[in-house]
Amino acid sequence: MKNVKVLGSGCNKCRVTIDTIRATAERLGVEIELEKVEDFARIAGYGVMATPSVVVDEVVVHTGSVPTAKSIEGWIA
Amino acid sequence: MRMETGMSELISTLVATPRRHPLWAVALGAAAWALVYSQLEPLSFAVVGLMGLAPETRLAGAVQFFVYDTPKVLMLLTGVVFVMGVVHTFVSPERTRQLLSGRSSGVGNVLAASLGIVTPFCSCSAVPLFIGFLQAGVPLGVTFSFLIAAPMVNEIALGMLFALFGWRVALLYLGMGVLVAIVAGMVLGRLGLEGWVESWVIELRSRQHATVATGAAPTWSERVESGWNHVREIVGKVWIYIILGVALGAGIHGYVPEDFMASIMGSGAWWSVPAAVLLGIPMYTNAAGVIPIVEALLAKGAALGTALAFMMSVIALSAPEMIILRKVLKPQLIAAFVAIVATGILLVGLVFNHVL
Repeated sequence: MKNVKVLGSGCNKCRVTIDTIRATAERLGVEIELEKVEDFARIAGYGVMATPSVVVDEVVVHTGSVPTAKSIEGWIA
Repeated sequence: MRMETGMSELISTLVATPRRHPLWAVALGAAAWALVYSQLEPLSFAVVGLMGLAPETRLAGAVQFFVYDTPKVLMLLTGVVFVMGVVHTFVSPERTRQLLSGRSSGVGNVLAASLGIVTPFCSCSAVPLFIGFLQAGVPLGVTFSFLIAAPMVNEIALGMLFALFGWRVALLYLGMGVLVAIVAGMVLGRLGLEGWVESWVIELRSRQHATVATGAAPTWSERVESGWNHVREIVGKVWIYIILGVALGAGIHGYVPEDFMASIMGSGAWWSVPAAVLLGIPMYTNAAGVIPIVEALLAKGAALGTALAFMMSVIALSAPEMIILRKVLKPQLIAAFVAIVATGILLVGLVFNHVL
């Protein structure tokens, strides 16, 4: 099972990102471990400078915007 | 059946063509844009005629102003936001950080304030960006120059000023904003306030920053798509303020006496600029929301320096942003930041009203 983290603190785009990832996983029937990281020290630890960012299995795959459903499929499928 | 496949083929070709030839699609779009734009004025008079309003009346003047200005402002803003959306694909925060790393005061501040205009920035990312800059060895004062310019001199503010008041006012705002960001950043850097950054940030600084795999450079088709997404996101959010602003302008245009505000906010009243800046600090709205107010102030005889200082203060300094920055800055540094930026805006407004 893949571990997916959404980095970002409370902004609207971060919520949309979480919802889109959850919906995509459900649609594909893939089980993922979805986690929201709001602590700035942890976010900085990943080296990203724009939120929302997405981390899949500890690798930063996306940064600075809401990812498209298509790219999410590519990460979790 | 065959009809249906034909149709779906046609549709998929229509959708795929702009993706395959993004620059042609943009050129075509720009031509259509220019054609519609050139017809807006005659169209607005036609609408007034169709409504059966007698020309030369106040109502006809207000209606014509509204019918002409709303699409004009929306189209100009769409153009500016689209271009900026494409520009953003060339300048990532990572690239900006790389350019600023290790720069000295002065050159670094100028570069940071300029890059602040074109780098994609959202105030909700201010904290990770601040940490990322410090980690890569960008000096504190240079980082501040970026953090002041990025939210203040943005495409919404510039696009709307350009659309409503012309390119001179937009350029003026840009120049004033960049100047405040450069000077305030240099002063903050000179004061040596690193001790007022929260200690956990300083501890992070000593660690090597992780590198983010950014992947291949985007194709032109992706750049154009990013421009469109930017338009959808920004114009989709601010159109209501535009209609409000134009309606207000139309009302003022027709009805309120010209020098209504001149006595309280004209350049004659020395305290008008400090009052405008102080009033703007706690206020929070995006650039689009403040424009209708600026429009009302200007139309009623407020001095340009006062109105622009008010706008800068509202956008650059706000309670929510201070609360976010509090996570990485001690209260003393936040106070110094607000005081120095406010002073900068104040001076720019005063000089503008009295010297130029």
